[in-house]
Amino acid sequence: MASKGLKIAVVGGGLAGLAATMKIAEAGHDVDLLSIVPVKRSHSVCAQGGINGAVNTKGEGDSPWKHFDDTVYGGDFLVNQPPVKAMCEMAPEIIYLFDRMGVPFSRTKEGLLDFRRFGGTLHHRTAFAGASTGQQLLYALDEQVRKFEAEDKVKKYEGWEMLSLVMDDYQVCRGLVAMNLQTLELKAFQADAVIMATGGPGMIWGKSTNSQVCTGSAISACYQQGAKYANGEFIQVHPTSIPGEDKLRLMSESARGEGGRVWVPKNPGDTRKPQDIPTGERWYFLEEKYPAYGNLVPRDIATREIFQVCLDGMGIGGDNQVYLDLTHIPAETLTRKLGAILEIYEMFVGDDPRYVPMRIFPGVHYSMGGMWVDFEQRTNIPGLFGAGECDYSIHGANRLGANSLVSCVYGGFVAAPSAIDYAKNVERKNTETNGIFDAELRRQQEINDNLIKQTGSENQYKIHEEMGKVMTDNVTVVRYNDRLQATDDKLVELLDRCKHISINDSNLWATQAVPHARQLQNMLQLARVVTLGALNRNESRGAHFKPDFPERDDENFLKTTIAEFSEESPILSYEAVDISLLEPRKRDYSSGKSKAAAVNDKKDAAKIVVQGNEEKPEGVSRESITEKEGENIREGETFNEEKN
Amino acid sequence: MSETNGHSEKKRLTNPPKTVEIRITRREKIGAKQYTETFELPYRPNLNVISALMDIRKNPVTKDGKQTTPPVWDMNCLEQVCGICTMIIDGRVRQACSALVDDLLVASGSNAITLEPMTKFPNVRDLKVDRTPMFEHLTKVKAWIELDGSYSLGPGPHMSQEVQQERYAYSRCMTCGCCLEACPQYHEDNYIGPQAIAQARLFNMHPTGKITIDDRLEGLMDDDGITNCGNAQNCVQVCPMGIPLTRAIYETNRDITVNALFGWLRK
Ligand SMILES: Cc1cc2nc3c(=O)[nH]c(=O)nc-3n(C[C@H](O)[C@H](O)[C@H](O)COP(=O)(O)OP(=O)(O)OC[C@H]3O[C@@H](n4cnc5c(N)ncnc54)[C@H](O)[C@@H]3O)c2cc1C
Ligand code: SF4
Ligand code: SF4
Ligand code: FES
Repeated sequence: MASKGLKIAVVGGGLAGLAATMKIAEAGHDVDLLSIVPVKRSHSVCAQGGINGAVNTKGEGDSPWKHFDDTVYGGDFLVNQPPVKAMCEMAPEIIYLFDRMGVPFSRTKEGLLDFRRFGGTLHHRTAFAGASTGQQLLYALDEQVRKFEAEDKVKKYEGWEMLSLVMDDYQVCRGLVAMNLQTLELKAFQADAVIMATGGPGMIWGKSTNSQVCTGSAISACYQQGAKYANGEFIQVHPTSIPGEDKLRLMSESARGEGGRVWVPKNPGDTRKPQDIPTGERWYFLEEKYPAYGNLVPRDIATREIFQVCLDGMGIGGDNQVYLDLTHIPAETLTRKLGAILEIYEMFVGDDPRYVPMRIFPGVHYSMGGMWVDFEQRTNIPGLFGAGECDYSIHGANRLGANSLVSCVYGGFVAAPSAIDYAKNVERKNTETNGIFDAELRRQQEINDNLIKQTGSENQYKIHEEMGKVMTDNVTVVRYNDRLQATDDKLVELLDRCKHISINDSNLWATQAVPHARQLQNMLQLARVVTLGALNRNESRGAHFKPDFPERDDENFLKTTIAEFSEESPILSYEAVDISLLEPRKRDYSSGKSKAAAVNDKKDAAKIVVQGNEEKPEGVSRESITEKEGENIREGETFNEEKN
Repeated sequence: MSETNGHSEKKRLTNPPKTVEIRITRREKIGAKQYTETFELPYRPNLNVISALMDIRKNPVTKDGKQTTPPVWDMNCLEQVCGICTMIIDGRVRQACSALVDDLLVASGSNAITLEPMTKFPNVRDLKVDRTPMFEHLTKVKAWIELDGSYSLGPGPHMSQEVQQERYAYSRCMTCGCCLEACPQYHEDNYIGPQAIAQARLFNMHPTGKITIDDRLEGLMDDDGITNCGNAQNCVQVCPMGIPLTRAIYETNRDITVNALFGWLRK
């Protein structure tokens, strides 16, 4: 058995990479697993809210088909439908598998899995483990992979950064080159197939809700070596993040899922503490505009509404902030259901959201776009596969909450057999690999050497900040063509300035300056793809919103943007979308749910609206709430006194 | 952090200083001598240790105006959930991303903050350490569920909310190593430590995990095993995730006794 085992390289040890690794090892093949950080510290740990799957345990008549419909509809139809359907069908199995692996999912009284409601659906479809679901799911896969590591099926290279692919004369991927982040040593990894699972590109925006290693650099490297990048312009900006100096910390959608209400004072000049402002003087703008979904409208809509309210000067004190209020729910319920995420707020802001409404603002969160893959997770480069947030295949123009974790696992579970199948059946031509590994190693070594030698007055961290600012200002919630063009000009300028960076670290041992400088250039290349994709798409769809083209335009733009690398500028083309299962319809969450798809039953609709309100605490009288608020006001006052 | 204290009051910095001093214990590489460098930055509200380090990295000039190398440290999530940025801050082991400068200054009553690398792990450079042994300990105690396979076999076992919540508490361990840093018994990997014991407990409590409890307990009975614990309880006090470590140690010891009497040792 061991004799004819295949060797597959998996780059990235987040949910997608570990899912693929487990499946390959289980099938009896060997994996080289590379990751910048120890895999257990991957970005997936940040996911808080949950994982979607239509297990239908609440008697709501939920089904994988409805999950599919919600996902495609939520993604504004810019998605090939067959893989989405396949994912939704696999989702309940995925949740059950994690249950068997020992994930401490929250339970019902009967001891079954509990489910919560998330944005963009009318069903309780989201399984969750407290408020740290991603952490728990990642750990479960990490544990299974550790078992295979103990059996020598998996060899981990943690603290290694993939730099480039190794391609043979037929433009087939035969492996990769990676750098040891302690010694800066380069090493070529030969592989029968390579699976990229390197996550999202949030660092391009400087500050985002993403972790620090989410640069998109590895995928940019693949793109620069010929991999197609799809729908780059679709970037999800999460409606509720906590502004911070070093990053934007997410306030999970589950805060709204559990009944959180978004509001601003009707009078923006109102200087009272939020607890002192009577309900009648608060503007619950989401509930007012979207009576059926209320605070649980999909992300792009919530983001734009919050953004707009602030743009109109209605933010708290005129600033870019609105309230996200949980204080009407009993503290003890909040602790049980949302403990971990509320702790984050308290830890980083200092106020206790159980008693003081949180202040939030939208922040860059997720990339729907990514490396192009087909329905088997194959890229256009033979031998190269993609899975997880780094591929574009599931979420269309906008991702629904709790759909990413499931798509990462699904992607990994499909990429693994697909890569095995490829590796088993590929016919290698004669040239084999003579010299190609050495050649790529030399090429990468030269890049490092030149970077280290390079002198100039530019500071790489300043360039990163400038990129982040221009991208945040112009390539997030609201987009204008002239500003997009100006942004691309700026990116080109920054790329040029990268040639004059001097590495400010004379000690090359475990230096972070060399890797960052390389990532920075890759980020800039990818930023151009995002920006120019946005510039060329003259319509509004999902997360992509242009006031000058406010409508979705299916005739011209129900197409996937494809970017291919060239030195001067990305080459854009468009590809038809597979809409073989669901007829595109207008996406509109404002009026009831008859248009909102999924559920057809009118009675159901009524129930759901009621349910929206029912998320105010049951069995807690208005008085007891007031009592709590009173308590809280006193403490709130102390806060402010001490602050000033 | 505690689940019950509700609306805890927090001391705010009433009179912020003009500048903040950051003293960093540095080391060029494994084996090199340690030295200290002091940096100064203008005070801003809402700084945490990571954003202070980011400022220094951008322009690494010491307080005395000496150009130096940028300090090296690890970071990823910046939400205290990946565990990677752990270091010793003003003498206490904790995560840099959740260490707010205001809080530190209030606590110390000064305008200086000291940053040192953890001492119980190989110090790679500056504030970066290598915690590989902690992951190896997880292998040793077989901290996983033995599956028949990852294919579709329906749901897992029923579980009460109580058991789920107890397990959930253990499952939040982010392998940060604070507990090992604080444990007086842990030196140079002589003792497997509370983190691995707690993770063994996490799986021993699971209905499926119980089936292989013997294998896990065996991993805890070598020379570096659970008997090294002197019950000093330092670990539980520094754990940022509030993991009930001493309870795990107690219950695991109990399991071992039971097994010694009735279990595999008899075979
Ligand atoms: C704060 C937050 C909360 C979220 N909450 C939810 C939620 O509740 N539900 C949901 O469904 N989704 C959620 N998401 C989205 C979801 O967490 C991510 O999309 C998902 O975890 C991505 O997983 P991944 O496996 O694709 O990549 P990641 O987990 O990002 O892993 C990437 C891996 O690639 C490695 N890597 C990167 N570059 C290289 C390189 N060059 N060489 C070697 N290794 C490399 C990294 O080390 C890492 O191991 C959330 C996201 C954020 C930011
Ligand atoms: S209780 Fe045991 S493990 Fe914890 S600090 Fe003390 S000796 Fe170490
Ligand atoms: S038990 Fe606590 S202190 Fe120890 S590694 Fe886990 S999270 Fe860190
Ligand atoms: S960066 Fe993840 S715990 Fe601090």
